[in-house]
Amino acid sequence: MQNNNNKLINKVTQSDYKYGFYTDIETDKAPKGLTEDTIRFIWEKKNEPDFMLDFRLKAFRHWQKMKEPTWAHIQYNPIDYQDIIYYAAPRKKPQYENMNQVDPELLETFNKLGIPLEEQKQLAGVAVDAVMDSTSVTTTYKKALSEKGIIFSSFSEALQNHPELLQKYMATVVPYTDNFFAALNSAVFSDGSFVYIPKGVRCPIELSTYFRINAANTGQFERTLIVAEEGSYVSYLEGCTAPMRSENQLHAAIVEIVAHKNAEVKYSTVQNWWPGDKKGKGGVFNFVTKRGICKEDNAKISWTQVETGSAITWKYPSLILKGNNTTGEFFSVAVTNNMQQADTGTKMIHSGKNSRSTIISKGISAGKSNNSYRGLVKMSKEATNSRNYSQCDSLLLGNKSGAHTFPYIDVQNKSSIVEHEATTSKISEDQLFYCLQRGIDVENAIGLIVNGYAKDVLNKLPMEFAVEAQKLLSVSLERSIG
Amino acid sequence: MLTIKNLSVSVEGKLILKGLNLEVKEGEVHAIMGPNGSGKSTLASVISGRNYLTIEQGEVTYMGKNLLEIPPEVRSKEGIFLGFQYPVEIPGVSITNFMRTAINEKRKHLELKPLSGAEFLKLMEEKQKILKIQSKLTNRSVNEGFSGGEKKKNEIFQMALLEPKLAILDETDSGLDIDALKVVANGVNLLRRKDNATVVITHYQRLLDYVIPDFVHVLFDGMIVKSGGKELALELEEKGYNWIKESLKKT
Repeated sequence: MQNNNNKLINKVTQSDYKYGFYTDIETDKAPKGLTEDTIRFIWEKKNEPDFMLDFRLKAFRHWQKMKEPTWAHIQYNPIDYQDIIYYAAPRKKPQYENMNQVDPELLETFNKLGIPLEEQKQLAGVAVDAVMDSTSVTTTYKKALSEKGIIFSSFSEALQNHPELLQKYMATVVPYTDNFFAALNSAVFSDGSFVYIPKGVRCPIELSTYFRINAANTGQFERTLIVAEEGSYVSYLEGCTAPMRSENQLHAAIVEIVAHKNAEVKYSTVQNWWPGDKKGKGGVFNFVTKRGICKEDNAKISWTQVETGSAITWKYPSLILKGNNTTGEFFSVAVTNNMQQADTGTKMIHSGKNSRSTIISKGISAGKSNNSYRGLVKMSKEATNSRNYSQCDSLLLGNKSGAHTFPYIDVQNKSSIVEHEATTSKISEDQLFYCLQRGIDVENAIGLIVNGYAKDVLNKLPMEFAVEAQKLLSVSLERSIG
Repeated sequence: MLTIKNLSVSVEGKLILKGLNLEVKEGEVHAIMGPNGSGKSTLASVISGRNYLTIEQGEVTYMGKNLLEIPPEVRSKEGIFLGFQYPVEIPGVSITNFMRTAINEKRKHLELKPLSGAEFLKLMEEKQKILKIQSKLTNRSVNEGFSGGEKKKNEIFQMALLEPKLAILDETDSGLDIDALKVVANGVNLLRRKDNATVVITHYQRLLDYVIPDFVHVLFDGMIVKSGGKELALELEEKGYNWIKESLKKT
């Protein structure tokens, strides 16, 4: 039996990364390394307003004084920040009326990724702002959205067209001083997305952006800012895959969300970057700072994430519940396989009265991977009568993987209630045999059991994403065994 | 259909089955009775392919093939069904999803087109009607929070959907009230055909009031020590397993 298990566990590693291909598109690169000149190069290349140079340089100078954090339950070789190319843009500046004008190789890449642009997306009711490396290539649906006053564009375009909005909101939720990677991002970020939903407007479609790392040895520094004005609603989807590369690729993104009074923002992520090979060579280093603020009363923000990729995940989508009666939610499925390491979770900072937060985290560890949940629930003095419910479950496949939970709870008033539940389980031999006896082979059985386990979170995803995520969970755990 | 010859099986070094012989033909219902620890469930495990057993000697042939060489999921797809004594919970997986996966895996094996969602739902409704099982059951997660009776009914429902050639029911009657017992028995009888066979493993004679077996075998200490018609079950019920022990001592 043990022998059998080992054989199956070994087989896991033979499953190749489905999206490991590399597209050769001429890129406009910055020289390797990071100095104030690099920052100026990026600023000039992007033709940004003056305040941006000031912001970037301040961030850079601050970053130089900071140390890379070491508290997470992850291990990796030191990153040489001078050995990274900080800017790469597709050379052909894309301004297309229709898809026929787009570089066919680029479209081919998107097709391989199964990104249905234009017509297919319209049918599905999704507008796409596709980010290829650092520059936004094409944006659809802009017209329909702009009629409602919604702004959905690349960050660069927003800097040209709406500098006042960016100046007002950028770095208000995640200041450049926040942490090492946030400072780095603030200094060198190249592009990303900007969403603005005006007062009282319900965004009629799901907004989605596909990020993709492409040029070899290029760090990807994305920045997303979502602002929901009073009484507005938006659901935003982010999904990513990356081509197979042998070097480690650094990714340090920032996402900021601002929800004003009575506004609601749903942010869903499916993350499937290249996890590296079975020996832990290569793969994306994913150091992300995501934070939202429910700024005024009755605002609501939900994070939903399905994390299956990256060699290293360091990510804590957090919420500041500042207004009274605000609601924060965090729903997460994190899968690690082979040598992957994930240290992920959330922070719920309650400062408004009667604020509510829910955390549901489902970790799945297979192979020799390590999967940690790290979460903070803080009830400040002012956050009277607030509540948090946290549920952190871990599922282990095989006997070489690790699951860890690091909950931090800080309650500073007497009327708030914090509940924390945690479980650790394994897929049992009996469950597997029950499936086998019904003619369902081991792979399908694991897919079924894992999807069942993660159902509470998958249900929170928008429909089209949920189906994709279900497949992704099964594929990520192909040929693994409990 | 199923031939077991001189089968000896051990679990963790302990010999459980000791030279067992059994022949099951199409259209037959066999009942295997015996006291606790006689090897009844081990027999079910051998046929369904659990891997914690060691086959010491003997052969098992199913439809002309060496069954012991066939992996468990393929056995299922080739028509062997095990009704579990303790059905397992699979949280979050609906019976609908679970059984549709199972049926389409089987159809793939038989080189048939997979059933669409609509076709499968129709099939489910049909079977529910025949078995008089409430439709609410199928929306729930597999066995999660089910009562003992619901679990066993669910096993019969799965059997009806998979239409096995050879069904092994491992103590399906244990712990059932009389109503649940009738549903289970009714299911077995309705699914009985000339080209399939059922092996009912039971401790008590009770189920055999409703499912009339063609043959009754008494399993004792890893061997079938007595075979007969349905009247053997009644005799056993009346005289108890000690009667077998006594008669074995005499010979």
